[in-house]
Amino acid sequence: MQAQESYTPQWHDVCHEDDLVTNSGVCALIGEEQVAIFRIVNGEGTQYFAISNWDPIGEANVLYRGIVGSLGGKTVVASPLYKEHYELATGTCLERDDVSVNAYPVRVDAQRVLIEL
Amino acid sequence: MTSSSQQRIVIVGNGMVGHHFVEQLINSQHDCHITVLSGEGRLAYDRVYLSSYFAGKTAEDLAMTTPETYQEWGVDARVNARVSDIDRTAKVVTLESGETFEYDKLVLATGSYPFVPPIPGNDQPHCLVYRTIEDLEAISASSAQSKVGVVVGGGLLGLEAANALKQAGLETHVVEFAPQLMAVQLDLMGGDQLRTKIEDLGVQVHTQKATQEIVAGEHCRYRMNFSDGSFLETDLILFSAGIRPSDQLGRSSELAMGERGGIVINNQCQTSDPDIYAIGECALWDNRIYGLVAPGYAMARAAVANLTGGEGEFAGADMSTKLKLMGVEVGSIGDAHAKTPGALVYTYHNQPDGIYKKLVVDPSKTHVIGAVLVGDTSDYDTLLQYALNEIAVPEAPESLILPSAGEAPTLGADALGDAATICSCYNVSKGDIIDAIDGGCCSVGDVKGATSASTGCGGCAALLKNVVDSELEKRGVEVSKAICEHFNYTRQELYHLIQVEGIKSFNELLEKHGTGMGCDICKPAAGSIFASVWNDYILQQQHQPLQDTNDTYLGNMQKDGTYSIVPRVAGGEITPDKLILLGEVAKQYNLYTKITGGQRIDLFGARVEQLPAIWEALVAGGFETGHAYAKALRTVKSCVGSTWCRYGVQDSVTMAIDLENRYKGLRAPHKIKFAVSGCTRECAEAQGKDIGVIATENGWNLYVCGNGGMKPRHADLFATDLDDETLVKYIDRVLMFYTKTADRLQRTSVWMENLEGGLEYLQQVVIEDSLGIGDELEAQMQLITDTYQCEWKTTIESPEALKRFRQFVNSDATDSNIQFVTERDQIRPATKAEKFSGEKAIPVEIV
Ligand SMILES: Cc1cc2nc3c(=O)[nH]c(=O)nc-3n(C[C@H](O)[C@H](O)[C@H](O)COP(=O)(O)OP(=O)(O)OC[C@H]3O[C@@H](n4cnc5c(N)ncnc54)[C@H](O)[C@@H]3O)c2cc1C
Repeated sequence: MQAQESYTPQWHDVCHEDDLVTNSGVCALIGEEQVAIFRIVNGEGTQYFAISNWDPIGEANVLYRGIVGSLGGKTVVASPLYKEHYELATGTCLERDDVSVNAYPVRVDAQRVLIEL
Repeated sequence: MTSSSQQRIVIVGNGMVGHHFVEQLINSQHDCHITVLSGEGRLAYDRVYLSSYFAGKTAEDLAMTTPETYQEWGVDARVNARVSDIDRTAKVVTLESGETFEYDKLVLATGSYPFVPPIPGNDQPHCLVYRTIEDLEAISASSAQSKVGVVVGGGLLGLEAANALKQAGLETHVVEFAPQLMAVQLDLMGGDQLRTKIEDLGVQVHTQKATQEIVAGEHCRYRMNFSDGSFLETDLILFSAGIRPSDQLGRSSELAMGERGGIVINNQCQTSDPDIYAIGECALWDNRIYGLVAPGYAMARAAVANLTGGEGEFAGADMSTKLKLMGVEVGSIGDAHAKTPGALVYTYHNQPDGIYKKLVVDPSKTHVIGAVLVGDTSDYDTLLQYALNEIAVPEAPESLILPSAGEAPTLGADALGDAATICSCYNVSKGDIIDAIDGGCCSVGDVKGATSASTGCGGCAALLKNVVDSELEKRGVEVSKAICEHFNYTRQELYHLIQVEGIKSFNELLEKHGTGMGCDICKPAAGSIFASVWNDYILQQQHQPLQDTNDTYLGNMQKDGTYSIVPRVAGGEITPDKLILLGEVAKQYNLYTKITGGQRIDLFGARVEQLPAIWEALVAGGFETGHAYAKALRTVKSCVGSTWCRYGVQDSVTMAIDLENRYKGLRAPHKIKFAVSGCTRECAEAQGKDIGVIATENGWNLYVCGNGGMKPRHADLFATDLDDETLVKYIDRVLMFYTKTADRLQRTSVWMENLEGGLEYLQQVVIEDSLGIGDELEAQMQLITDTYQCEWKTTIESPEALKRFRQFVNSDATDSNIQFVTERDQIRPATKAEKFSGEKAIPVEIV
């Protein structure tokens, strides 16, 4: 185990771009962490997001299976268990101030999907 | 940080009321230093919902605050800090530990403690009380070693405690000294009715019993000997014989006290020492102790107002209550015992259904002054408004409690004056709501945020919505019936647009009629409409991100993220071979199996990546999807009918199977359940279903829009003695009309309740074809039937669709959080504690 302070995030190559599903999520396992990855295509072009797959309220690894959408201009996923909304860009829960999930940087390079964690 | 000029406020006790006081004081932004001294080992928690601890809530769930929150507020909070002494001259309180705190103002919020009658033997290990989390832990521990439990005291709390014992699996008794249950809130008749209901639930009630002593038992741990010579044996005794104010501090510091206890306060909640306040259950106002939380909150507010130079005083509180005891609805308002001189009483008693209602009016018959409701409290909110706001009653006051044979005189928002209290938890009047709306609130949500109305017990939600809608309408604001922020249309309007404009994808719909990206409300609604109108395969690429996760994965997601699998068993008829296959599949994949109320078999605990293989085996054996995950036809329940039964007059099984096969796959605003009974004995319970069919000598009677479940509704008799063909024609039309016109997630029962013209209108549309759309409705239904495909069959044949069924894109690992333990020879999800203990849990294996 590395000490918390000396840990530097790294980019992980997780899958091919075609493994993603437009306007929906898939999940990747990076080390012990489950990461939900979303590809959002709308009028503003294509965006990629990655957040933790763990639903802290339902306490299950399910966020990638939620419905994505927008609420008040924020791009969100709704937990498939109890329907709270998490902002994909930041991981904040819109319904509960005291709840959030990790958000991770994503990029696509030569059709490979990379997550920084 | 105490600066020397800051006022020091010390609060003794951090129960619900003490905490509310702190919250209000922080909100007032009064410049002061706050110290909280909690006698318990934790900060405030929700005592009102204490019993939910037995249903799995934890101390954490019940907590109303955290040390961190108090810290953020700058409150110095101590736990295990019992105050043993107040020195009023030096203005210092001393803890049992000896630590001292100086105060400028002191607030006593020490609550109350359970009264244990002085019965010899009452101090034995399994003699318990019901007030704190520690008490509950003790009750749990004792229940685990007991078979029989007795609650002493048949009041509100006693019955709640009895329910807890019952749920813990004990043979449960209630022993009451008075001749009836809940003597404070109910009259004799009401108490009797409640008793009957509770006894039906298996709790034995013994009234007029005075316990003389508790001695060792012969069959159980203890024996309770009663003064009339009878006795009762039990392993556990729970005392719930009333509360007594925790007023020792008042007594020892010589504050004015009530004769029978309680610290005397004035309307500002000050005790006889103006620098000391008392609030909540330790305080005595006008010679009364209020044993409910709302009056305590009102005292807290009054004390804060007085301390901070604001306005507001405590002027008594309403003690009306509405609750559900062991599933029995009970309500009590105002002068339930009709003690007011000259009071007049109306009663309604329906013994077969266990309903008793009493209305108490003033001598001039103009105002409601009290009420008792047992078995049905649907009139409670209206009656309470009449009572609290002194609204003039209708000409025939009894109409307020008689079962509504048609017109129920509901109380419109406009009948209320501005001073009328809408939310009694947060003391919000209609005037406050109007102010909030004038201040810019334009929705129920806004008003809730601005006034806190309806954020307590939530009992006033419907009334609040009424008031807000009515006020907005008065201001010319059209109350939005839009489905969500992305479409300014109702579901019905969207249905119309999709059908008329031939819209086939969500993007097209959004482009033409919506804004933003859509959400988890409009996407599934649109997906369902596309399916009803065009009946495309639900997982087609373009539709797939629209589906609710249940629809996407064609299974019902359970709490741990696994799915249940429910194959269709049309009419509940199944061959031995199919039963064996279900068993084999369940065994191979180690699934939990349970028979459902809809006459089929659920298999639980399948991980997402196992679903395709499981369904492949099921489809190969002739099963189809049962749509248990969808807003669609679920099951058609049936009895065996004339084929086997001595009484059956028609072949209900064949009819059930035909109907199930005809309507399976229909996507609707909500789930739909059918039943077919072979005779009027009605073994299939068709009158509680969306569509109910009951055989007669001459054909079939059709019932519509019934419901069991959360809000039962008896189905309406729609048409009688139909032949097979007409029956199907009517059902086609009813279902399609419902699918076209209902709101999102509106069951047929609610749809009917809201349908203008009701049953008669529906009969006109369907039987007389008054709108001229009969043929169209039938054609639409025929299209759905003709284009039916088993979604699972289609899915397992499509490699593209199968891509969705995996936990990880980059690994074959399984979700390590899904763990099972064995209970009664089958799996169930491991609890959090079991997962972390790491011992009992079965690691999941890949099969
Ligand atoms: C099972 C149950 C169900 C209930 N259901 C309902 C309901 O449905 N509706 C309703 O309105 N009400 C209900 N009540 C009543 C409600 O819980 C009380 O009215 C409310 O909790 C009173 O709040 P309080 O702060 O005055 O007292 P409490 O919540 O009793 O808090 C007082 C606190 O002060 C502490 N304390 C006492 N002496 C000292 C001291 N010397 N030093 C330091 N701390 C001290 C105590 O340890 C305690 O933590 C229910 C109560 C119970 C037990």
